[in-house]
Amino acid sequence: MATLRDIQNRIKAVKNTRQITSAMKMVAASKLRKAQSRMMDLRPYAEKMNSVISGLSAGADLEMNPLLAKRPTKAIEVLVITSDRGLCGAFNSNILKSAQALVGDLSKEDSDTVAGGPVEINISTVGKKAVDYYKRRKIGLRQSWTGLSGGIEYTRIQELTNNIIERYTSEAVDRVYVVYNMFKNVVIQKVTVAKLLPVEPPEAPEEEDVKADYIYEPSEQALFDALLPKNVEVQIFRAMLESQASEEAARMTAMENATKSATEMIDALTLKYNKARQASITAELMDIVGGVEALKD
Amino acid sequence: MAEKLKLEIVTPTGLVASEEVDEVTAVGSEGEFGVVPGHAPFVTTLKVGMLTSKGDGQTVRYFVNWGYAEVGPDGISVLADSSEKSEEIDVERAKAARERAEERLRKADDIDFVRAEAALERAITRIGVAEHKLG
Repeated sequence: MATLRDIQNRIKAVKNTRQITSAMKMVAASKLRKAQSRMMDLRPYAEKMNSVISGLSAGADLEMNPLLAKRPTKAIEVLVITSDRGLCGAFNSNILKSAQALVGDLSKEDSDTVAGGPVEINISTVGKKAVDYYKRRKIGLRQSWTGLSGGIEYTRIQELTNNIIERYTSEAVDRVYVVYNMFKNVVIQKVTVAKLLPVEPPEAPEEEDVKADYIYEPSEQALFDALLPKNVEVQIFRAMLESQASEEAARMTAMENATKSATEMIDALTLKYNKARQASITAELMDIVGGVEALKD
Repeated sequence: MAEKLKLEIVTPTGLVASEEVDEVTAVGSEGEFGVVPGHAPFVTTLKVGMLTSKGDGQTVRYFVNWGYAEVGPDGISVLADSSEKSEEIDVERAKAARERAEERLRKADDIDFVRAEAALERAITRIGVAEHKLG
């Protein structure tokens, strides 16, 4: 049987925990707002980029661009985007589970090169949580980036993208996938697998005549070749922002649940404490009454 | 044809400018160019440099870090990696970046060299735009 003091200490501890979780929830909420507004900020740029690329693709020779080249697959790269910090519910385990499933599916695929044999899968990751996960399973990573979350800097994303594009153009890998959490709303985050490279040829615009007599400097082809890698960059940047918004949303939900559980626990413990207190008062009273009775005789 | 140009600068971190101006000058991959209302449709990439807009007797300078510019019938839109108005440039930070880049260039190996050089160019251009020494 727990003593009064034990219960009191327990209540105090749970209250402290509740204070921390509710503060973390508040912090996550404000970070979520920031992440959401950054997603909004990117939108006009991404839209413009899409329209420009589809506009240019009508005039450019698509075969010429290395990022559009479909090659027989002998190696595949999977980029897994997780968070640096924990305490965000199932956010990271969902992603890593899907990533493992994807890797499993891909590795069943046979290489369609002349040589045949199974395809080689490379995994690169973003976020500390993925590093820990793969280290525990003793799976080697090609490359991992950490410390990107928080204020995601566009220049860091450029480094990451250049690294991946270089792997692709040097034919070290023939396909690149990215796995990340897409932000639907505060309660729903959807694990998304997207093919990054080779780039699917953009659709030609419908109104061809509009862009008929543009002056291009340098050539149309050169412009197209310069913009396509940018587009990959934007896609990765977007995935990172989505992932960050999802992370904060997941953390917010997790912390809210934790706060709720803590409150329930405090209620239960307070009840137990009061019962124990009353029991001890009753016992003392019985003692006194017993003592008085004994003295009477 | 509109008498004013609509200038729009978008970056991955948001809209930097969206306003009506009379004239825009920028540094394209093939050299500096100016745009006034009624310019022929024109598409180019931009180098790291300054973009100037004139309108209502005011001149506004922008720093543009790599970009793509499209001049259409209604105006000019620019897609840039990053861009800032001259008065919003953090000169201290740019100066620190310049020093870092110079330091790296002094002892650079090959891989770092290109990046350091690009960083140096960005920093110097930023400072130039902020202090109105360019153009």
